[in-house]
Amino acid sequence: MRLVVDLNKCQGYAQCAFLAPDVFTMHGEESLVYNPRVGPEQREQVARAVAACPVGAIAVEGLREASDAG
Amino acid sequence: MPDEEYHEWLRREGRIVIVGASLAGLRAAEALRAGGFAGSLTLIGDEPHEPYDRPPLSKAVLLGKASPEHTELPRLRRTDATWRLGVAATGLDMTAKRVRLADGEEVPYDRLLIATGVRARPWPKEDEAQLDGVFVLRTRDDAVRLHRRLAASPRRVFVIGAGFTGSEIASACRARGLAVTVAERADGPLVGALGGVIGAVAADLHRDNGVDLRTGVTVTGLEGDATGRVRAAHLSDGSVVDTDVVVVSLGAIRNTDWLKGSGLGAGPRGIACDAGCRAFDFRGIVTDDVFVAGDVARCPHPLFGYQFLSLEHWGNAVAQAEVAAHNMISAGADRRPHLWMPAFWSSQFGVNIKSVGVPAMGEEIMITQGSLAERRFVGVYGHQGRVIAAVSFDNSRWLDFYQQQIERGAPFPVEYRTVDRRPEGRAPMPAGFPDPSLPTHGPTVTLSGYSPADRQLVFTPARH
Ligand SMILES: Cc1cc2nc3c(=O)[nH]c(=O)nc-3n(C[C@H](O)[C@H](O)[C@H](O)COP(=O)(O)OP(=O)(O)OC[C@H]3O[C@@H](n4cnc5c(N)ncnc54)[C@H](O)[C@@H]3O)c2cc1C
Ligand code: SF4
Repeated sequence: MRLVVDLNKCQGYAQCAFLAPDVFTMHGEESLVYNPRVGPEQREQVARAVAACPVGAIAVEGLREASDAG
Repeated sequence: MPDEEYHEWLRREGRIVIVGASLAGLRAAEALRAGGFAGSLTLIGDEPHEPYDRPPLSKAVLLGKASPEHTELPRLRRTDATWRLGVAATGLDMTAKRVRLADGEEVPYDRLLIATGVRARPWPKEDEAQLDGVFVLRTRDDAVRLHRRLAASPRRVFVIGAGFTGSEIASACRARGLAVTVAERADGPLVGALGGVIGAVAADLHRDNGVDLRTGVTVTGLEGDATGRVRAAHLSDGSVVDTDVVVVSLGAIRNTDWLKGSGLGAGPRGIACDAGCRAFDFRGIVTDDVFVAGDVARCPHPLFGYQFLSLEHWGNAVAQAEVAAHNMISAGADRRPHLWMPAFWSSQFGVNIKSVGVPAMGEEIMITQGSLAERRFVGVYGHQGRVIAAVSFDNSRWLDFYQQQIERGAPFPVEYRTVDRRPEGRAPMPAGFPDPSLPTHGPTVTLSGYSPADRQLVFTPARH
């Protein structure tokens, strides 16, 4: 899965880091650092992070199996 | 054909070509399809890779939290495009409506989007730039090389230029436990983008994190050893710093060379376009089939005195790509202006730095929340009696509020009460921007004047 966070929108609420700690980590108090490429085993955690982000800043490709962008 | 009818035909079976297959190019392609474009779509990119994200290259990648090879941008919808990757566009014939490629092929278009971005400004002395151990950081390939070298535990990393990218690189190196020297011509890091008051805070941030920061100096030369590896950097104050890695972080050059002789208003400051993203030709007359988006564009903004702004900002590339795509397939009355509020983020030494508006226009700054000493604050910039920009250090939640103040042209100095206002924040002080003719480093805003047609541009018609 590929993902990108719109860090202009992100307000460092850290919900994502709590729900998918292998993908999103806080660097200092409110800086978010994340891995833009994650394996399928992270699917559920990432889905939860996307849903929980209060500002809708996380965009993911390949979250649903059917997604076939190109 | 009347305007409406033409656009209907264009949406159905027109040919759209996008040159530059990165953030702006990809998002424009997606927006074209989302907007109902059913014709043929071709993306031309000189990098052999599919579109990837650059901001992680100086952050997550160097911190070891992401692979330099895997920052590809998620695809947000199908583009059904023909991708011509690894081949550069070398020329444009605006009359015949064709893009010439490096492999000799010509690609015809009905509408063209130029999103060729910028490239890293190389170290000016070519023989020194070629030394093994001298790097720039703009592309994925740059990141792979730099990442590999940092992993080999160099004795010292020497960063030339303390703009955003240079500072982020220094920060990542310190996080990896590497010795770092940073040389900056101005009095502090980020001074070109955020001014001297904030630059002083950034300087403390560097030093407290163990960076050997040298300000008010320039690098006069890089020295190599007999095997062609960089060995030392020489500074204008006479000092010499032994180092085995040098990262040149001196800002960017706009990728407009390939348009030389095309008749487009393209030059070293970018490609001028109107608020609808339509490019100007070299006479200052707007075209109707060539559009521009992203780092390569310069575009007038009503909130900032209609100055032409060049924004090396991720968010601008996305927003402008969407507006350009919409306007490319829409008739006159349906077109939209690109009125994006400049916004930027950076992450360094564990501090989240964000800004909105155009700080470089600010004559004065006042700290309306928090304190500089705690490195947790909001600074508001004033220009001719109104709020023109704001910057936050670890205080980003308030920026939406200040964005509204900028949009509203709220008065400066800021009289209203703010949360966590300290005595030091009651009075404005000079923002401390250097002479604007000095180059700034790092992704930021450049005010590039008022006139779409650069008088100094000399038009030499290309031979077709
Ligand atoms: C290390 C780094 C860190 C950054 N961090 C931040 C940040 O924290 N916050 C922020 O807001 N912004 C940041 N940015 C800036 C952000 O990445 C850019 O604003 C964004 O990439 C602009 O996208 P673009 O598509 O306009 O241009 P680019 O990404 O520059 O893409 C242009 C593409 O066109 C290609 N091209 C050029 N000439 C030709 C040609 N003749 N033919 C074919 N293809 C061509 C180029 O090779 C490139 O692939 C950072 C940039 C870098 C390099
Ligand atoms: S949940 Fe959203 S706002 Fe919070 S840190 Fe993650 S991306 Fe940012």
